[in-house]
Amino acid sequence: MRTLTTDVLVIGGGATGAGALRDLALRGIRCALVEKGDLTHGTTGRYHGLLHSGGRYVVKDPQSAEECARENEILRKIMPHCIEETGGLFVVTPADDESYAERFVAACHRTGVWVEEIPVREALRREPLLNPRIRRAFAVRDGAADSFLATHANTDDARRYGARVLTYHRVIGLERVGDRMIGAVCEDLRSGETVRIHASFIINATGAWAGKIAAMAGLHIHVVPGKGTMIAMNHRIVNTVVNRCKMPADGDIIVPIHTVAVLGTTDIPVPDPDGYDMTPEEVQLILEEGEWLVPGVSRMRALRAWAGVRPLYREQDAGSDRDIPRTYKLLDHETRDGVAGMVSIVGGKWTTYRLMAEHTVDLVAQRLGVTTPCRTADLKIEPSHDGAATAPHSPARAHFAILASPFYQLGHRLAEVEADDSYGDLICECELVTRAHLEAAIQSDGTANLDDLRRDTRLGMGPCQGGFCTYRAAAIWHELRDGAAQANGASGVAPATALLRHFLQERWNGVTPTLWGDQLRQERLNELNYLETLAVDRLPETGADAIGRKRDIVVEEVV
Amino acid sequence: MTIIPEDHIELSLEQSLDRCIKCNICTAACPVSAVTDMFPGPKYVGPQAQRFRHERQPSPDEAVDYCSGCRVCNEVCPTGVRIAELNARARARLAAERGIPLRNRLISRSGLVGRLGAGPHAPLANALLGFKPLRTVIERTLGIAREAPLPSFSRYTFRSWFRRRRAARAINGKPKRQVVYFHGCSANYYEPWIGKTVVAVLEHNGFEVLLPRQRCCGLPLLSNGDFTAARRAHEDNVASLAPYALRNIPIVGASTSCTLTLKEEAPELLGMQSDTVRAVAHQTYDIFEFLRMLHERGELRTDFRPIERTLPYHPPCQLRAHRIGRPALDVLELVPGLRLIETHASCCGIAGTYGLKVEKYQISMDVGAPLFETIRRSGADVALCDSETCRWQISHGASVTARHPIEMLAEAYGLVT
Repeated sequence: MRTLTTDVLVIGGGATGAGALRDLALRGIRCALVEKGDLTHGTTGRYHGLLHSGGRYVVKDPQSAEECARENEILRKIMPHCIEETGGLFVVTPADDESYAERFVAACHRTGVWVEEIPVREALRREPLLNPRIRRAFAVRDGAADSFLATHANTDDARRYGARVLTYHRVIGLERVGDRMIGAVCEDLRSGETVRIHASFIINATGAWAGKIAAMAGLHIHVVPGKGTMIAMNHRIVNTVVNRCKMPADGDIIVPIHTVAVLGTTDIPVPDPDGYDMTPEEVQLILEEGEWLVPGVSRMRALRAWAGVRPLYREQDAGSDRDIPRTYKLLDHETRDGVAGMVSIVGGKWTTYRLMAEHTVDLVAQRLGVTTPCRTADLKIEPSHDGAATAPHSPARAHFAILASPFYQLGHRLAEVEADDSYGDLICECELVTRAHLEAAIQSDGTANLDDLRRDTRLGMGPCQGGFCTYRAAAIWHELRDGAAQANGASGVAPATALLRHFLQERWNGVTPTLWGDQLRQERLNELNYLETLAVDRLPETGADAIGRKRDIVVEEVV
Repeated sequence: MTIIPEDHIELSLEQSLDRCIKCNICTAACPVSAVTDMFPGPKYVGPQAQRFRHERQPSPDEAVDYCSGCRVCNEVCPTGVRIAELNARARARLAAERGIPLRNRLISRSGLVGRLGAGPHAPLANALLGFKPLRTVIERTLGIAREAPLPSFSRYTFRSWFRRRRAARAINGKPKRQVVYFHGCSANYYEPWIGKTVVAVLEHNGFEVLLPRQRCCGLPLLSNGDFTAARRAHEDNVASLAPYALRNIPIVGASTSCTLTLKEEAPELLGMQSDTVRAVAHQTYDIFEFLRMLHERGELRTDFRPIERTLPYHPPCQLRAHRIGRPALDVLELVPGLRLIETHASCCGIAGTYGLKVEKYQISMDVGAPLFETIRRSGADVALCDSETCRWQISHGASVTARHPIEMLAEAYGLVT
């Protein structure tokens, strides 16, 4: 058993945990973060990518709206490379109550959410596929955010200030002495080793899992995991975030993020954040509702569907999930439950993650007697260097205007490949992941399987859904990791086979709910390649490799 | 009329990228990416890159400029992605953002160049363009490859010949079936004998040939990304041709790229969908497509004299893009003794104006190499090809005389032009 000592232990490697870690580190507080999977493995990595303007909540949840509006501007300032300034529209479709629009505008003014009505003609000019029968259109400052990149940016920055990040460390117990929390016991899922972490303070930032963690300390938190299902379309059918101008409901948003457009979402309470399923009814509902925004969308190519669980905190009885406020709640277990040394941060949204972290760390710092103020709203997060072969500011790159933008732009990756002349090194052709990107991700210590590489690089997230990159990536992995192990006496390609199968299965899980038309054709080709040509279903595979190390874990997916 | 398959919504060009299953068949078939690393291939610059292009942001890529526009990718794509059109649009975006070089403006204006060079002074112009030191100067200043095959200007234009002849013909007029001839720039300024041959063949089959006002079809403008000028050209041509098309008078052309432009390229790339544009597109035929149709109806004269020859025939990429099979082979098969051997090479490399550009000349020669080799090996001193720029390239690369198949048909009819 290993033992670590730190001042503050953050549990949960999502946006909030990573934000809290950076905040702590910037205040000079010793800290460590544990995450049971890969960073962003939970809700953060399964969200649609909307950087809220606040518009969605102005009528129903004004406090959330205000928070979103403020944080939106701050995030643009501190991490522009993670954000695309898509702009947003709220449109009144023929199915929507026209009187809502007036309440919407008034509420925007009240809550400080920037809004401007634009002529319908102008909205259609910006978004030619938008329903031509919309009656009004309002521009807002919605954007798109890369939650994978942003979370890594936070943890990488925290590391620069001395923080530790332990992924694939599952908390198996919290240590409580009397009315004081003193640490946690974790299992390192890769080595099987038990790790005891002594900490003066614990931040429970596990979102939908917060109730499970709190229970380990004998505390009760009523978190309702609210399942939201989303569908990724094959390309950017819109370049602006498009919202229905009405009370928030199911299937009323389209978010352009990277190369896809995400239709969302549903909101269904589920008993367990680790066990839920998507239903055909949800998929159908999202597509049907999407038709009001973009007619014909239900017949366009959908890549896949997936679901995430919102960390909704239920303080009192609310009618339905949608009635639970979207604002966050900081639970101080000392005042709430009489147990010192632990706080839980629940609720909230990706857009407000920084504010949640600030609020949380303010309390923790106060308890620890640290008076250094929060700096996360002002201090820009420098982009992490991913080890890609070329320097970010080569003369060839200067040639592409798009690369000069501090914000992420859709063409960014293509311009990089063009400037670096690296098209011959593409491993994932759909999402333009080069060999250099992939090798850097494989060699970083956080990754345990190809799905982790996907979160780091977007491997396999494009049209072919891993059809042409999975075998390449598995081979490179084998070369860099297991090949090296073989030099020390290990043998066989069984581990690579396991990785290959796991990733194919993970992609397949998401593809099946939307399997028709063009994507069906794609999957048939993938099936022929993997099952007929490569016979991946008949290759030998073992659970452990020859050097006695427990196999890189193939984490059970919940979708 | 457009037929919309029932299982697909009508996809715009951009949306056709959704059909790509990344199979790489286009990349394997692309004649350009096979010979140069400058071009990453049709899948990469087409449906793949399209997902990264944003209408209101600067172009993220430049490699698409190395697409020759030959459309072999469209031909082989098993799922119907409009790759060549995606590429043409991306190139037009680049041109709009970064400006069109003088060289490209010049070589894409075949009508203007033709008007300047054709006429009584043609021998002088031809001598100058055949003068190697001058071509070297042109290469250095403008970027037109000095070795590239430029056609010779004609001493007279086809239209001037037709006008004079028409005056003479007006005397013995009895009403006949009418057909509009779209001659294009080449027959007018460089190869008037092709135009004369077409007229002779059509008249031999009992047609009155009409010659409405017309200008360049705009294809060189489209392939050099000058969509504004191409739109003007197509609007003018539609204005002039639509009155005939609406009266169901067929429009035939012997330049397969001009007819493809009228049928498909201009309306699609420029997004022109009016009734008159559709009518012109619908009534336009490649000359052999038209003659084959006559034959299917039993209306084609078959008073052929035998020609005992075996010749290589190269169906140009632009003809294959019509998706009408090999009409020249179908019709010339009727000529006793004549045997045409299809080359089965993908592309001659020139792709209109592509091979004229100094940075692309070698690529174009490398693309054409297998075709040149096939033709050389055939031992024939004549090769047949429907497209003028391909013929010039074949003559240049394979050192044979390249002729339009209509010339063989006229010969079989005993028509001397």
